[in-house]
Amino acid sequence: MYEFLKTLDRRWVFLLMFLAVATPILLKVTFPEKPSAMVMDVFQAIEGLPEGSKVLMAWDFDPASRGELEPMASAFTRHCAEKKLKMYYMALWPLAVPMIQDSIRILEREYPHLEYGRDYMNLGYKPGNEGVIKVVITNIRKLYTTDHYGTGVETIPMMSGVTSVQAMDLIINVSAGDPGTKQWVQYVATPFNKRMVAGATGVQAPQLYPYIPAQLVGILGAIKAAAEYEQAVIDGYPHLAKIATAKEGLRRMGPQLVGHVLVVLLVILANVIYFIGRRRGDTR
Amino acid sequence: MKRTAPLLIAATVGFIIIVSSFIPYTESWGEDSMIWFDILAAVAFVLGGGNLLKMNLKKVSDRRPGWAYSAIIIAAFLITLTLGLLKVGTHPNEVFWNKPWSGDYIGEGSALWWIYEYLIYPLTSTMFAMLAFYIASAAFRAFRAKNMEASLLLGTAFIVLLGRTYAAIILTGWLPELAHDAEPSFFGQLWNGLRLEKLTETIMGVFNLAGSRAINIGIALGIASTSLKVLLGVDRSYLGTGED
Repeated sequence: MYEFLKTLDRRWVFLLMFLAVATPILLKVTFPEKPSAMVMDVFQAIEGLPEGSKVLMAWDFDPASRGELEPMASAFTRHCAEKKLKMYYMALWPLAVPMIQDSIRILEREYPHLEYGRDYMNLGYKPGNEGVIKVVITNIRKLYTTDHYGTGVETIPMMSGVTSVQAMDLIINVSAGDPGTKQWVQYVATPFNKRMVAGATGVQAPQLYPYIPAQLVGILGAIKAAAEYEQAVIDGYPHLAKIATAKEGLRRMGPQLVGHVLVVLLVILANVIYFIGRRRGDTR
Repeated sequence: MKRTAPLLIAATVGFIIIVSSFIPYTESWGEDSMIWFDILAAVAFVLGGGNLLKMNLKKVSDRRPGWAYSAIIIAAFLITLTLGLLKVGTHPNEVFWNKPWSGDYIGEGSALWWIYEYLIYPLTSTMFAMLAFYIASAAFRAFRAKNMEASLLLGTAFIVLLGRTYAAIILTGWLPELAHDAEPSFFGQLWNGLRLEKLTETIMGVFNLAGSRAINIGIALGIASTSLKVLLGVDRSYLGTGED
């Protein structure tokens, strides 16, 4: 047994991980979530805005991190739609445009009374990374003369009076790296004293904690915080509980629990083998 | 001249952007400089595309190991580029039904949408999802409590791994939470602080925060000094060696 475990083929580990992730998905296992204080800070930043407030929805992620970030992007969209806020979507990543379109599809399907150009709009992608942020914070029309679909911004009703990102009441950024939350904090939130909340991957979130609370109101870190935020939005707007896609983050916590427990058990097992080997004088 | 002109451009534009942050009169100069940058960034896509073609065509013509992958890259690049340039849309177009492939070229059902939905999305998602398997395997092989530092790292990893899931409630949910309406006692705070989700918050909000802040300040100082070296022409590595 000792020899088998010491030289365990990694394909056994792969098989265990496959079962750990697949079983809760197939059995549709979910767990209750209680929003943390940080998640409630993010929730209150949006909840506290009066109807008609302008919110910049900066989606800076691509399909690679869609599994982790899309639930929070969708929850932000639903929360803003429930609050009847004006949503301005834009992207600094070329592959983030389909992510914006996913959010807009939610608005079209679940909030048909909201109208494109009056309640929400898609500014689309512009190349230039933080260079784009530096321009739109002082003059958005120098860079965005049309929206994503080629309509002149001067003909879009909700762009009336919006000359720069400084007109926004809140910035919501969902990002998987650079350019992303760090750049929005450095070039917009801090120098122009704009309120901002963010959603980030589990890998990126620890690097963004130093910005809280002075430069960032709060951050949703990884799928755990997305699930808690979904719960907070459902608690605030109970009719959303009937929509299956409004609970995507909650659904993904099942595989995360079993996957994490498996990794912990594997590491404990590996250390037991290591100490047995050391006691036996096995230096291989 | 080949090296002096770029040096002068970099220094001038760099100082204009710095000055525009401090003197309101020069704010529009900074804006214009950033728009030039954004235009250059768009042009860089053309340069990048040309470079990608050059490198991969050479690999294919030299029949170097892995040349077949380069052939796939070239084919994928050219197909996507052609579909984008020709704006191949959905078919049939409800308005201009006699014009083939003239519908929405970025919407659902278009060629670019098809490439995204059935190639880019599944491929990149698969790459990211495979991390779960490799992380589990790597943790099993490498994570050993060989000394005090490794043991601390191991303990911290266990707390955060479990604290970020419902396992925290299953394992330590029986510990009493702080009552909001009463003055917390010492033991009340202690038991509450030992709950796995609270321990995770403490690790992320105290130890990780202090480390991240120190690293960020160090990085910022490094960026400031490197930027000054570039603007003053001391560091010219971005100009290349001049041999290529």
